[in-house]
Amino acid sequence: MPEDEDQQQHVAAQRESSPQPPPLPRRPTTIEEEDGLRPPLTPSGSVRNFKGSPRPPLQSKATTAVSQVDVLGLSQDASPSNNQRSRSHSRQPSGRLQSRAGSDDDTASVRSVQTLAPGQSGDIESLLDDVVGAAATETDEGVEERDDAASLDTSPLQNIRDDLDESFSSEFEPVGSFEPDGSNGELLNRQWRAKLKHYLILSSAGKPIYSRHGDDQLISGTIGVVQTIISFYQGAQDTLRGFTAGDARFVILSKGHLHLLAISRLGESEAQLRAQLEALYMQILSTLTLPTMEKMFINRPSTDLRRPLQGTESLISSLADGFTRGSPATLLSALECLRIRKAHRQVIHSTLLKCRSPQLLYGLVVADGRLAAVVRPKKHSLHPGDLHLIFNMLFEADSVRAGGGENWIPLCLPGFNNTGYLYMYVSFIDPETGSPREDIEQPLDGRKRDNEIAVLLISANREAFDEMREMRDKVVDQLQANGSLAHIRRAIANGRSSCTSILNTNKADTKGADTPAPIAHFLYKSRANVQFVMPSAGPLFSSTVSWRRLISLYARLQGALHGKTTHLKVVHVVTGGASALAWTTPTFEVYVVAGPRAGKHVLAKAAMGVVQWARREEERLFVVGGAVF
Amino acid sequence: MADQSPAANAPKPVSSVKLVLLGEAAVGKSSLVLRFVNNDFQENKEPTIGAAFLTQKAHLPTRTIKFEIWDTAGQERFASLAPMYYRNAQAALVVYDVTKPSSLVKARHWVAELQRQASPGIVVAVAGNKVDLVDDSAAPSATPAEGAEGEADEEEGGRKVSREEAEKFAEEEGCLFFETSAKTGSNVAEVFTAIANAIPEAALKGRGQPAAGAASTGGAAQAGQRDDSNRVQLGRGDGVQKANEGCAC
Repeated sequence: MPEDEDQQQHVAAQRESSPQPPPLPRRPTTIEEEDGLRPPLTPSGSVRNFKGSPRPPLQSKATTAVSQVDVLGLSQDASPSNNQRSRSHSRQPSGRLQSRAGSDDDTASVRSVQTLAPGQSGDIESLLDDVVGAAATETDEGVEERDDAASLDTSPLQNIRDDLDESFSSEFEPVGSFEPDGSNGELLNRQWRAKLKHYLILSSAGKPIYSRHGDDQLISGTIGVVQTIISFYQGAQDTLRGFTAGDARFVILSKGHLHLLAISRLGESEAQLRAQLEALYMQILSTLTLPTMEKMFINRPSTDLRRPLQGTESLISSLADGFTRGSPATLLSALECLRIRKAHRQVIHSTLLKCRSPQLLYGLVVADGRLAAVVRPKKHSLHPGDLHLIFNMLFEADSVRAGGGENWIPLCLPGFNNTGYLYMYVSFIDPETGSPREDIEQPLDGRKRDNEIAVLLISANREAFDEMREMRDKVVDQLQANGSLAHIRRAIANGRSSCTSILNTNKADTKGADTPAPIAHFLYKSRANVQFVMPSAGPLFSSTVSWRRLISLYARLQGALHGKTTHLKVVHVVTGGASALAWTTPTFEVYVVAGPRAGKHVLAKAAMGVVQWARREEERLFVVGGAVF
Repeated sequence: MADQSPAANAPKPVSSVKLVLLGEAAVGKSSLVLRFVNNDFQENKEPTIGAAFLTQKAHLPTRTIKFEIWDTAGQERFASLAPMYYRNAQAALVVYDVTKPSSLVKARHWVAELQRQASPGIVVAVAGNKVDLVDDSAAPSATPAEGAEGEADEEEGGRKVSREEAEKFAEEEGCLFFETSAKTGSNVAEVFTAIANAIPEAALKGRGQPAAGAASTGGAAQAGQRDDSNRVQLGRGDGVQKANEGCAC
């Protein structure tokens, strides 16, 4: 195995006491440089056939080299891991690195920057490099900028070269349409190929159903090729699930008569892209229900599904763009809730219960795109995927909100039951009450989020509009009377807390001046509640591009924690632009991101701080159980 | 007429009228409602999902009508839900797009369905929307001349449905007829006010009780509307109302 000093990495793995640690999987970030241009996502540029052929042999073996520092630090502090006899393994840095003759180009020199953090040279994993490298070609400027990055540790992710900006900023611009004479075909094709992310949906008969970019004329060739490749493997009873070509990862989700394809150059893992495709599939089911769609295809295999889906393209696109911009909710498969006091939430819950119509299945109060309260039957909880679809419809796509008034929307919640429709009453209440919210969160994903409060009442009875409306009136009256609306409004106005204020709440003496948080951002997911919390994006991540970088970093960490064959407990990563730590236990997952010079102990301490805070405030941060009837 | 001027609504009786909007997808149903309710217009509005419920008052000389408007989604997959909305409705506004002939075909279907299924006394208005895309529709006062030149459609900008054809259809079915533009606001308030005027007094007192009448009078009312600018007709609320008692659609 050739060694490459350019690329060095360290992974601290904490495991439950297994006598023989299973071999660690290869991870995308450590893969050799294919043709020296960009980090490929799988070792070969060829079609990868997951089902048929065995996994390629691992190129590295776990070693017994131990780096106790951070792992022990964590396990001492964290009660959940105390009972785990932790053994940490770090892979011998040189042992798993490969180089190729071709890697001595730009990329290689870029990677050499990693040695700039001298104290941690063995601990560096080039993570953000890959994120960026996946998105854009390497340039010499990159090297210089990363030199700077290494000398500044206050601004994580900031000093990474800007070519993600150029390509990413035009990501959401529409590809034009053909001139009548077809003269601009080449230009359009170039525009289309320049997109970093594509979603294509086609029927098994090869009919196009949806494409994020480009019109029919432009994508027809692509659809044909995709269809051919997929059916080739299907013919061999060997379904194609994905492959990698150059820097682009292709993931195919075949569901019944539908094929969904994601093409990403943003460095997302196969599992992450697959989850995104699942969400798009759920959106289609949400419109049609599974039996209806199947019946259409059974009756006419060549059905053009675009007709029955007419009008929902914008919902699919807003979902897809959410993934491309970066959605922690999808990444973690969890839900974000509005932070309000436990007692206040209880008042809302009891109000919902008191006003409950017998026709009600689920009742939700949503504010600022986050869940404030839920009332549900004892037997059913809400599937996060379903809620994501609803939130996407209400807060990302403009169809419902822009119309004004109240809405009565038939929809299928596939996580609840994919065979039938439910009916959702939607009413936005009190849109504007005085001063506009500080817009620190506004640019988070480059879009305006409304600070409106929405009442959603879901019934299985399609005639229940009047009952739902009546219930809404009662609920709103009572919430107004008992002050809950004011509490919700205040919670919206407060926005998400900053890292600094969160970590400072852990200190006993809050008298002193707040010390700035050592971390820039974090995600905390409570597994039991399937909910997550994050701090305000702040100025660091206010731009679309910096937010995307952050999400890409999280995606890498998440991919490492949830690898196919192994489950790491702790992942620590340092790049030229940032250092980060991810830690998972049976009860939570936490991800923290800081500047590149933040040491492991700093990250670990911050992660502990986040965990302590989230535990202490659990019932404020999360809707625990909701109101049950 | 649609705006709520405080002076106008002091002692007048207020009656609620359930109105449903029907028509092919993307003809501008929601935009008409948005113009009527909020006096607003959005380019590239996203399609409605399911149905939206809005209210707005129309002030007539003798009474105030509170419209409870069901703005339904035009996509085919929502068609099966339509009866839920037009059942018990006292008025329906069937919208088509003057630049899209298929939308008039769909409008004919809706009118026929309403005649078969809806309450017998329902007041139906047909609106050809998007006249702003048609060159000839600059001023509403020019409508009579426009109607006369209806045959020369192909040459008139984006117009694909002649005013005459649609008007003839509306007349035959005993429906009110307007050409509107949600974008410019042309005829939007007028169509709602005309509907308000056409609601029989009887239907307002006891909901769902259709007033009996001869269908033949409907045509006369249509003729009256067509001759004059639509505003004139507002002052003649009684006449229109009486005429439409016989509206069989």
